[in-house]
Amino acid sequence: MDIENILKRGREASEGAGDLRSLDDVRVAYLGKKGELTSLLKSLGQVGADERPKVGAKINEAKVALQEELAARKVTLEQAALSTSLLAEKLDVSLPGRRPATGGLHPVTQAMYRIEEIFTGAGYEVVSGPEVENDYYNFEALNIPSHHPARAMHDTFYFGDGTLLRTHTSPSQVHTMEKQAPPIRVICPGRVYRRDSDLTHSPMFHQVEGLVVDEGISFADLKGTVIDFLQRFFEKDLKVRFRPSYFPFTEPSAEVDVQCVHCMGKGCRVCSNTGWLEVMGCGMVHPNVLNMANIDTEVYSAFAFGFGGDRLAMLLYEVDDLRLFFENDLRFLRQFN
Amino acid sequence: MKFSEAWLRQWVNPSLDSAELLYQMTMAGLEVDGTEPAAKAFSGVVVAQIQSAEPHPDADKLRVCQVTDGMDVFQVVCGASNARAGLITAFAKVGAVLPDNFKIKKAKLRGVESFGMLCGADEIGLGEASGGIVELPANSEIGADLASIAGADLPLDDLTVDVDLTPNRGDCLSLKGLAREVGVLNNLEVTYPQIPAVAPQIDSTFPVEVLAREQCPKYLGRVIEGVDLSQPTPQWLTERLRRCGLRSVDPVVDVTNYVLIEQGQPMHAFDLSRLQGGITVRMALPDDKLTLLNGQQIELDEKTLVIADGSGPVAMAGVMGGEHSGVNANSKDIFFECAFFSPLAIAGTARRYGLHTDASHRYERGVDSQLQHQALERATQILIDITGGRPGPISEALSAGHLPKVAPIFLREGKINGLLGIDIDPTQVDEALARLDFTVHSRGQIESGVAWQVTPPSHRFDIALEADLIEEICRIYGYNNIPISQPVIRLPLATVPLQTHSEPQLKRQLAGLGFQEVVTYSFIDPAMQKLFDPEMDPLILANPMSSEQSVMRTTLLTGLVDAAKKNISRQQTSGRLFEVGLVFDTGPKDSANKGLVQKVKVSGALWGRRQDENWCETSDKVDFFDVKGNVEALCSWAGITVEVSSTNDVALHPGQSAQLTLAGAVIGRIGRLHPSLEKKLGLPEVFVFELDGRAMMSRPSRRHHGVSKFPSVRRDLAIVVKREVTASEVVATVSNVLNENCVGIMLFDVYQGEGIDSIEKSLGLGLTLQSQTTTLTEEEISALAEQAINALAEKYQARLR
Repeated sequence: MDIENILKRGREASEGAGDLRSLDDVRVAYLGKKGELTSLLKSLGQVGADERPKVGAKINEAKVALQEELAARKVTLEQAALSTSLLAEKLDVSLPGRRPATGGLHPVTQAMYRIEEIFTGAGYEVVSGPEVENDYYNFEALNIPSHHPARAMHDTFYFGDGTLLRTHTSPSQVHTMEKQAPPIRVICPGRVYRRDSDLTHSPMFHQVEGLVVDEGISFADLKGTVIDFLQRFFEKDLKVRFRPSYFPFTEPSAEVDVQCVHCMGKGCRVCSNTGWLEVMGCGMVHPNVLNMANIDTEVYSAFAFGFGGDRLAMLLYEVDDLRLFFENDLRFLRQFN
Repeated sequence: MKFSEAWLRQWVNPSLDSAELLYQMTMAGLEVDGTEPAAKAFSGVVVAQIQSAEPHPDADKLRVCQVTDGMDVFQVVCGASNARAGLITAFAKVGAVLPDNFKIKKAKLRGVESFGMLCGADEIGLGEASGGIVELPANSEIGADLASIAGADLPLDDLTVDVDLTPNRGDCLSLKGLAREVGVLNNLEVTYPQIPAVAPQIDSTFPVEVLAREQCPKYLGRVIEGVDLSQPTPQWLTERLRRCGLRSVDPVVDVTNYVLIEQGQPMHAFDLSRLQGGITVRMALPDDKLTLLNGQQIELDEKTLVIADGSGPVAMAGVMGGEHSGVNANSKDIFFECAFFSPLAIAGTARRYGLHTDASHRYERGVDSQLQHQALERATQILIDITGGRPGPISEALSAGHLPKVAPIFLREGKINGLLGIDIDPTQVDEALARLDFTVHSRGQIESGVAWQVTPPSHRFDIALEADLIEEICRIYGYNNIPISQPVIRLPLATVPLQTHSEPQLKRQLAGLGFQEVVTYSFIDPAMQKLFDPEMDPLILANPMSSEQSVMRTTLLTGLVDAAKKNISRQQTSGRLFEVGLVFDTGPKDSANKGLVQKVKVSGALWGRRQDENWCETSDKVDFFDVKGNVEALCSWAGITVEVSSTNDVALHPGQSAQLTLAGAVIGRIGRLHPSLEKKLGLPEVFVFELDGRAMMSRPSRRHHGVSKFPSVRRDLAIVVKREVTASEVVATVSNVLNENCVGIMLFDVYQGEGIDSIEKSLGLGLTLQSQTTTLTEEEISALAEQAINALAEKYQARLR
């Protein structure tokens, strides 16, 4: 019997197979329908009856042995193939990835949203108002009658029919008080317009107006709110001071200076070496304004504040020329994404 | 206004150094804007006369002068062009020390010895550089020490302070007012100058009739005869004016300016010989004209208060005098006007005529209505001291009923504490009221504490309400002494609308789609407006900054296209911009019913590559379907289904543009800019969209509708239709006929060209078929496909390819 011989050759063939396909050829040649071991098993009838079980067992043994051999060889070959393909699929992982297009919000918008978030978190509502206003809302209702010298502080853009571009967001105070009864806690961010243009002035800029009307609202509350806001906006423990000032629609009125965020008060170019930055105006809402809005000044009191969104954005992002915000240069805008 | 610190300190002198004093003023609401040295200490400079000035042998621009101080003669080399024989000037001798410790030594200039220096005003800190040396009056005493002359009245170590006063503090627009305020802040008495009445030496008066009594409640006049205006204004007076930022003109102007600065009272002087008949104070009449002192010819409107004589207007009251009636060097007899004009009568006048003067500035803010007698006496005395002359009596036209009335104001302790958030001791209020010179009529107890009845002094015409008084008390108390607290509030929860998105959400969505936000001006070039929205009349600014910014935008596209253009010129070859903002819609041209609507729009512009240049794939340029795809994404975010149809928009490419309608209303336009517009603006292909902001900020009301458990099957159909049949018509037809069994239609191919008739095109449709209730059988699937084909054949004569 050449069982041993066949097995030996089978084993050698298995070992010699270089890839999975030739390995399968080996399987077919020995274990396939017409394979050598299969044929041997088929010819078992020719073996004498007493020899038959013994020979049959032997052939089966050889068959199993070769199957195991082939299986082992298959694992080896598969692993080799995987290693080869892994090697072939190796990437330069330092190549840049495929990025989806990225956009972003304008830095002034980002600063304005930061402001909105700080106030809405405390229960303020965000309101908006028209940009083309009439004289009543922009001036009269804010205690600035037509001949008031304070009008000279507002270089106003007019339209032929007497309407105008709002010079501040304060008209929203009036709109809000007309629509809503106290308690009122709102901020109004938006565009405002003045006829002025230089390094620090743009004919169009952004303001945020805040208004709180309730029982027992005091100047101390106003101070607390303003200080709290400035410290949270800049995330710095800044000193804040209040100077008496004048706005026709508040009384007492104050101008607010904050410790220079750039040099922390030591004096630098940003603060013109004063250590202070003038950042907002505020005050207790003037009784004339509350009366015009039919709010009883014996029951309610109110504070209001207003500041430039662009100005705070300039300080936050260290932008030194206001006009950059309106040039819309992508190389500038993308720095804030 | 500008004032001299040293002059102020002659009236009230708190023990604070300059910095402390100015800080105190700033913190009291009198904001100090800046300071400059008014004068500086120097020594060894004398009054001297140039005897001769010869050219320097070796230098074109230098002169060799012989200079005398009355005792000796000195040789001085000087470069000033006005160095000439006979000139009396400032001479710094060898050993002199000029401001900033600049020591004068003997020197040799181009080989010629020079013993000292002839000085310009700036070199001795007494004025600005003029390019020449000081020219002193001919009557100056030769040899006198210049420092002791310049510093005789006010010390040389002085500051000119520029204080920026808020419109309510007209009472501080004078040295008197500032001194009063500093006195209040430091609780110090102020030494005001004594102003005795000037005894009349003649009986002459000039008739005054006030017709506009409400506008001019008080008009004081005085005739002064025989003045000699050739007399120089004394140095003490011109120096005081100079340190307050005013230049010397002639004795009369100098004196009225002095009274303006010192007392805060504007005055005017007429040449009496030029006045006819008498003075009438009245509103301007039609056809009234006036040539002003500055030579400007003005046609007066009827809202203008004028001073007129028999010939017509001679001055614009409270603003500026007329040229003809003004005082000149030859005037002998003058008429002084010192009036109280009501702020309302003057306010606006200056602005209306574009004339802003020191007088109008004060009158429109308010002048103390009790000041006029004092001011006129002051002016008379100083003037006749200089020019001589015989004053007449003061004539007064008074309408007492029209003077500002001061009603007593009720002030309550409870209100002070409530409004300021403090707990003040009522005696502090007593003290503050006293310091401010307020008259307390009564002081009593009410429920909320002490109550006062108070009348402000006549110079505090800004005080009329309890709140005004509380502000004053707050100032005295110190803004920075007010405690810091947080408002105590009720806490209702926020409303978060289900139906709408917020503007921040919309903007973030756009940023997420790869767009960069820009902020462009709301006023635009009318020519650009016309290119984009010719059907609309824009709102026109009456007083624009420039013609390029003279109408309000009716579209955001002008700003976006402009931003795109600028970026392209800065080598930004690709970009995606958006803006959300208001447009100002006046309705269609010629519509009868015009009303301004301020609408939020959301718009964008794209140009250049679809993707940034990269190593792994090529990228095409953006086209119509990029802009459309982004808008589709935005619409599905907003939950709106819009109809997209061709449009005829002059700004857009006729074949690559569309309008968007929602429930029948147009809510936007998209497309490529019209090639002729691109050419005109020098742009490459730019694609834009403009959408109604309200529509885009709607929020879909989403509801869960289950997911089918049964498998879906894909069937692809290639059909041929006429070219004019739109893809959306084909898709809609299939979708309608297959109904809920068709869960998706994908347009995977559009082909026209070889193999297809030139008037036809082929569309590849991938249908995803799925039932909610059963697994579709092969027969059912084929039947559905058949239905789709039949419907298309019937409607569009479509056939399978």
